[in-house]
Amino acid sequence: MSEHSHGEGAPHDHGDGFGSHSHIHRESGPPQPDDKVHSYYQILGIALKELLIEKGIVTAEEVRAAIEEREAITPARGARIVARAWTDPEYKDRLLADGNAGAAEMGCPMTYTELVAVENTDDVHNVIVCTLCSCYPRELLGLPPSWYKSREYRARVVREPRAVLKEFGTEVPDDMEIRVHDSTADIRYLVIPRRPAGTEGMSADDLEALITRDSMVGVAEVKTPPA
Amino acid sequence: MAEPFEPGDAVRVREDYPPGHIRTPVFIRGKEGVVTRTFGRFDNPEITTYELEGPQKTLYEVRFRQVDIWPDYDGSPSDTLDVDIYEHWLEKA
Repeated sequence: MSEHSHGEGAPHDHGDGFGSHSHIHRESGPPQPDDKVHSYYQILGIALKELLIEKGIVTAEEVRAAIEEREAITPARGARIVARAWTDPEYKDRLLADGNAGAAEMGCPMTYTELVAVENTDDVHNVIVCTLCSCYPRELLGLPPSWYKSREYRARVVREPRAVLKEFGTEVPDDMEIRVHDSTADIRYLVIPRRPAGTEGMSADDLEALITRDSMVGVAEVKTPPA
Repeated sequence: MAEPFEPGDAVRVREDYPPGHIRTPVFIRGKEGVVTRTFGRFDNPEITTYELEGPQKTLYEVRFRQVDIWPDYDGSPSDTLDVDIYEHWLEKA
């Protein structure tokens, strides 16, 4: 199911079906990516879009451009923020104190929500979820991966976070606290992962390339680059 | 106006199951935690989702111990879950 409209604004996730009609015309040949049967909510989304266009409230071009703009955002934005926080302690303090100001300072303003950056340390490992839908810091990481929106991740990461992280290849020591953040309201979270050993001499630009999407959701750590 | 809660307060999530667009996860209702942060006042999604006017609510970050939520939790006893909860879903514990 797609993201709710409590401040995140349109457009929402409607999968592959949002831009096409819901009729199934498959007759023969191998399965195609676009010939799946649409869910109730996908059909609702398509119908709503068609009505809005028919009534002249939005144009097809505006919908297309909005989707294009959303899909153009990549986790590079979040990585730029994290790399700056790693290399500039005063910036990190500002980011932790006021996430929106910290993001805006790096040219990545939040739109409808408030950003809270949470820092991984030697004592605490943070991980992000939205158990109710798919709230995600889209302005900084782009569209959420499909696993983030899956019922399995949403139900299990609050219930057995250590087992879920292990399945992602991330083993958190027993003496480290795992802190799960459930983004149920108007706050969006960005994890500042731990800076890996051996990167002391690296510039912010070089560090950016090491910082992955999954490390900023908290299901992975940033790895020391191979020598 | 004084805020109903402040960081450090022990709170219990109301154990209530009304219909509507409720942003308080069911698995946390009736559970006890501690307020760790006050985010400020926000629109109440239970009202705005129906395009109705209503007062804003203070939003809190509430920290729960995993072992207090799941009786059979087998991770570290120090593991926690932070949930963002509106004031009207919290009562003093």
